[in-house]
Amino acid sequence: MKIVVCLKQTFDTEAKITINPDGKINDQGVSLIMNPYDEFAVEEALRLQEKNGGEVTVVSVGGAKAQDALRQALAMGADKAVLVTAELAAMDEYSTATILAKAIAGLEYDLIIGGFRAVDDGSAQVAGRVAEILGLPVVNVVTKLEVADGKALATREIEGGSEVVEVPLPAVITAQKGLNEPRYPSMKGIMKAKKKPMEKKDPAGLGLDAAAVAARVCALEYFLPAPRAAGKIIPGEPAEATAALVRALREEARII
Amino acid sequence: MIFKLSEEQELLKKTVRDFAESEVAPKAAEMDENEEYDWSLWDQMAEMGLTGIPFPEEYGGAGMDNLSYAIAVEELSRVCASTGVLVSAHTSLGSWPIYHFGTEEQKQKFLVPLAEGEKIGALGLTEPSAGSDAGSVKLTAVADGDEYVLNGTKIFITNGGRADIYVVIASTDKSKGHRGTAAFIVEKDTPGFTFGKKEHKMGIRASYTYELVFENCRVPKENMLGGDGKGFKVALATLDGGRIGIAAQALGIAQGAFDQALAYSKIREQFGKPISANQGLQWMLADMATRIDAARLLVYRAAYLKDEGQPYGKESAMAKLYASECAMWVTTKAVQIFGGYGYTREYPVERMMRDAKITEIYEGTSEVQRIVIAANLLK
Repeated sequence: MKIVVCLKQTFDTEAKITINPDGKINDQGVSLIMNPYDEFAVEEALRLQEKNGGEVTVVSVGGAKAQDALRQALAMGADKAVLVTAELAAMDEYSTATILAKAIAGLEYDLIIGGFRAVDDGSAQVAGRVAEILGLPVVNVVTKLEVADGKALATREIEGGSEVVEVPLPAVITAQKGLNEPRYPSMKGIMKAKKKPMEKKDPAGLGLDAAAVAARVCALEYFLPAPRAAGKIIPGEPAEATAALVRALREEARII
Repeated sequence: MIFKLSEEQELLKKTVRDFAESEVAPKAAEMDENEEYDWSLWDQMAEMGLTGIPFPEEYGGAGMDNLSYAIAVEELSRVCASTGVLVSAHTSLGSWPIYHFGTEEQKQKFLVPLAEGEKIGALGLTEPSAGSDAGSVKLTAVADGDEYVLNGTKIFITNGGRADIYVVIASTDKSKGHRGTAAFIVEKDTPGFTFGKKEHKMGIRASYTYELVFENCRVPKENMLGGDGKGFKVALATLDGGRIGIAAQALGIAQGAFDQALAYSKIREQFGKPISANQGLQWMLADMATRIDAARLLVYRAAYLKDEGQPYGKESAMAKLYASECAMWVTTKAVQIFGGYGYTREYPVERMMRDAKITEIYEGTSEVQRIVIAANLLK
């Protein structure tokens, strides 16, 4: 069974976000990690491989540093990596998905897995777009996955409950927290990772010209949320304080 | 000079930090309080290959270098010094002498399960009257048929009680002094080998420190390590490398306390501003960071020299001396920055300060490190 995992390198979830004078997000000195949802995807692919045999290929579109996230996936146990470096002035979900789909189209696959969203822009669009471009079914926010006889049985989160969906392979699955507990790379895995193939490409090499991958969406402005105001302590006897609290929730906060 | 970690070393550092912060840190305070280690952490470390980092794959190790090993001990110690010394004593003191001095049979039988983490290692050197004076051990080993009979006691043995395999330094011929010593590999549960009292310590309280008691303990002759007369040599060579592990532990403790103090200084407000806005405190932070960086360069250099096959006895003593004194100084400052809160067990810095002290004492006190350094300068 051949499995492709799409992964993205993102800011560390504890990184402090600041905005440069030019209005762009400052990425200098920020520590980068593999998108945590993509870690679930890598782990699931490795478990399926351990059970059914086959090969796991990890693919990323990003800057040269995205190599670190791919190397981590190789250290966890993936077999090979493809890095498409796209140094475009602006990219959106369309650009990324177009490049990813083209890179994946050149690979053999029975299953494509990715995180259901990235923790940085949180758009949750890329995997779905890849499925659309490749003409594959997609099951999102999956918390349990079984694969047998050319089919995938996926349990996904829906409002107020779960839904079990069956799709024929090949298909695209997006991972939600709860799907599994990702392993730490082993020391032997880290040593082996360097020797595993890491193929490097760019959009032109994939046959995509600049117009084909140009962003369709343009971010006009980035701004930080207003700093949270200090909390308010309502003094007094419990009965009076409760009455004052209810009044404040109703009249000031207007939430009840 | 290239001050840059390799890609593997970077990934190892990140991996061990993730593991330490997610799995070890949440348990550190409780393990310290109860003087009990949570051995599920050992199983996880074995699974990850942290129990045999610097040994070749053919002996169950990860095939990494000594610098990688030092970085791993540093990162574990940054959140829990007891975990740092568990790995350090297991690797540098229990496993390394078997790797370096052992026969192929000894390596297959003892090193492989140690490196794979199936077994835990320890070194039995210190006695009531022989610490750094390794030549004056009183524990005797007398040949009898195909065996040696061991009698005597060892004290302050890190990983004692829990370890499965002990490298024990014994006297085989008292008249020859340190030339009449030998090292033996002794397995737990060998008849005549028991554990005495457990030490209750100021710091590294989740690390087990026991007395080892040998009463007519019969050890097969093939368990002698490095040959008769070589016990002192095995002990000294092991301590040279062990110092890198303890220096890395001290470095990690210092870094952990500094990270806590830096974060706290930015959120703790007094007189309407964070305490980090005061220059007096800024200077403290600057000095802490500078000393830690200097310690790191010394530790990494000692590990690098070992990897390069160059002499490293003097440099590992310098690293151990400086990093341990740095850890004591930095953790004391960290408690100061936390003020009254730092003195309570609500915050980890008091534990780190208690943990730091031992690094100035074990595997050679700071005074002994100075003796080693001076002896190298004057030879």
